[in-house]
Amino acid sequence: MVDSEFLEELEAILIQADVGINTTERLLSGISERLKESRQREASDEEVVLRALKDEIVAVLGPPEPLRKAEEGPTVIMVVGVNGTGKTTTVGKLGHRFRAQGADVIFGATDTFRAAAIEQLEIWGERAGARVIRHEEGHDPAAVAYDTCQAAKARGADYVILDTAGRLHTHVNLMRELEKTKRVVGREIPGAPHEILLVLDATAGQNGLSQAKTFREAVDVTGIVLTKLDGTAKGGIVLAIRDSLEIPVKLIGIGEGIDDLRDFDPIEFADAIFYDLDA
Amino acid sequence: MFENLTQRLQETFRKLRGKGKLSEADVEEALREIRIALLEADVNFKVVRDFISNVKMRAVGSEVSASLTPGQQVIKIVNSELTELMGGRESKIRYAPKPPTVIMLVGLQGSGKTTTAAKLAYLFKKQGRKPLLVAADTWRPAAIKQLLVLGEKIGVEVFSAEEGEDPVEVASKGVDRGKFLGCDTVIVDTRGRLHVDDDLMAELGSMQKVIMPQEVLLVVDAMTGQDAVNVASSFDERLELSGVILTKLDGDARGGAALSTRAVTGKPIKFVGVGEKIDALEPFHPDRMASRILGMGDILSLIEKAEAAYDKDKAVELREKLKTAEFTLEDFQDQLEQMQKMGPLDEILRMIPGMSRIKGAADLQVDEHHLRQIEAIINSMTPEERRNPEIIDGSRRRRIARGSGVRVQDVNALLRQFNQVKGLLKQFGGGGKAKRRAMRKGIIPFLQ
Repeated sequence: MVDSEFLEELEAILIQADVGINTTERLLSGISERLKESRQREASDEEVVLRALKDEIVAVLGPPEPLRKAEEGPTVIMVVGVNGTGKTTTVGKLGHRFRAQGADVIFGATDTFRAAAIEQLEIWGERAGARVIRHEEGHDPAAVAYDTCQAAKARGADYVILDTAGRLHTHVNLMRELEKTKRVVGREIPGAPHEILLVLDATAGQNGLSQAKTFREAVDVTGIVLTKLDGTAKGGIVLAIRDSLEIPVKLIGIGEGIDDLRDFDPIEFADAIFYDLDA
Repeated sequence: MFENLTQRLQETFRKLRGKGKLSEADVEEALREIRIALLEADVNFKVVRDFISNVKMRAVGSEVSASLTPGQQVIKIVNSELTELMGGRESKIRYAPKPPTVIMLVGLQGSGKTTTAAKLAYLFKKQGRKPLLVAADTWRPAAIKQLLVLGEKIGVEVFSAEEGEDPVEVASKGVDRGKFLGCDTVIVDTRGRLHVDDDLMAELGSMQKVIMPQEVLLVVDAMTGQDAVNVASSFDERLELSGVILTKLDGDARGGAALSTRAVTGKPIKFVGVGEKIDALEPFHPDRMASRILGMGDILSLIEKAEAAYDKDKAVELREKLKTAEFTLEDFQDQLEQMQKMGPLDEILRMIPGMSRIKGAADLQVDEHHLRQIEAIINSMTPEERRNPEIIDGSRRRRIARGSGVRVQDVNALLRQFNQVKGLLKQFGGGGKAKRRAMRKGIIPFLQ
């Protein structure tokens, strides 16, 4: 059997990747089972153990899930999250991706709270080639969402992406406001919003779980965009989120450029956690 | 999840009862739970390891003071060690002997630099200083506009250039502008950047050389996880930070990043951001932060406060009455008075371990108005009615309602709640744990 020192090293890596102590313990006991079952008890090979652990992580994360699309009419995507995770930037990148596929894209500036958030989105709209529907700062976000949906229907647009205001999930009133925006969108376009993407900062620690939970309760999050993975943070909290809340990671952000948005790849993700060990 | 943790800790500590000195086994058992608590709070893995071994050295063999259980003793040591590690006392801004004082805000993307810059400016303005904001983030779309809008809102001048201009030059011109305008404080907002981005980190270095700030403050999101140590140490190596500002503490993050950054840089946390409003910036209190990270609430001060306010004789009397379920509305009235002496109730509640972590507790507000109403209702009763609530019939209820200015339904509701509490007391008889639970339930109906 592999010595406990190696297991401790793995534990340290997982915890330092923000996987959290509960999920870390579960993963490690999971591989003990796995190794036992496969009669590899004698496998003192660290490589085998590491492989098993990575497989376990990939299994927890599940297969990659593509973004949903409306069968007909505009596909509506709501982008939500706490302050400063990169929602507006993600909206810009996402719009660019759809435009590159030849789709017609409209942004809705439903962040009417943060100073100059609307202007920020307008700049991204210009870069991505997406029209931006906006009101004045301080106006009702649901009204902006309504107008955006109307514009999308009138124009036969393919995608509507709503940039919502950052809000701490503990602020109940702000979460209600988000619910309202969602309701309005659902009334205007049947089946919408088709995706509600929670933007999560890869540097987030265990609080990420609390964020995911509260946002899911409020608006039924359908996927996660894990941003800022180009730093040294690993974003391991998504494992706990997937494990306990079953929300899949769909996209990752890896830079400030408009192209720096990728589909999530569980295998790459698992490898990245142990990058320092391999090196 | 956090609630379970507190319960687990308390479970462990219950086992460690009634011994004179802390044995190694006691301490180890307790520290196992503390370690989990700290990791759950996002304190860095290595920082936790060092911390635990320090506490262990200090705790083993130490005397358990008479008023505490061994478990509480360990908490006390952990708590004081945590507080000490985070800097003992709050730390202030270093002002330049010859104005203007220049403050540079640096950090990762989305940590809250621009918002914090405006909050700081507002704070200085309120203190009678004359601040200038400098928009040196010429990269992020609309970052300049954001600062201009905020500056206008708080009536503080903002120096800005065009998007895309050289940030070092903007910062330098900004400081000159500040001197020209006779400002005594210049706050420079910089572009968010990754600590591993060599070019951008070098850019901050040159900016620092040019504007020679008294303060270089790293803005850190309180929700940051394990990576906080890498971020803080990289920024500190490059810039020799003078301190840290912790943002978004109004969420439910336990904020272990505070301890991590402090441990790896040795630099004090000077302010904390506690909301989206422009005045939501507060001085940092290491003791409060320690309790928050530990997730045990401000339990020591709760005990202190309670001891100071509570009339001991009455407490004994009450305990006796609870045992025999002879709890009357008169006792209830006493209890309310005692509680009010301890201060605003929601403040007291926040000190209860785990309270902040209970689902929905963030928006839990004690309705002091409701409490006063209850007091008024009881005050409108005759002494006999208080001692013997069964005699309160329909006409007495109407009289009480008129006397206290409430609706009859409110009187009914109070009597119903009171009976429920009494029922619970009877049910639980004399058992210590059950009695405590019942007492808690006696308070809960008045929370909304």
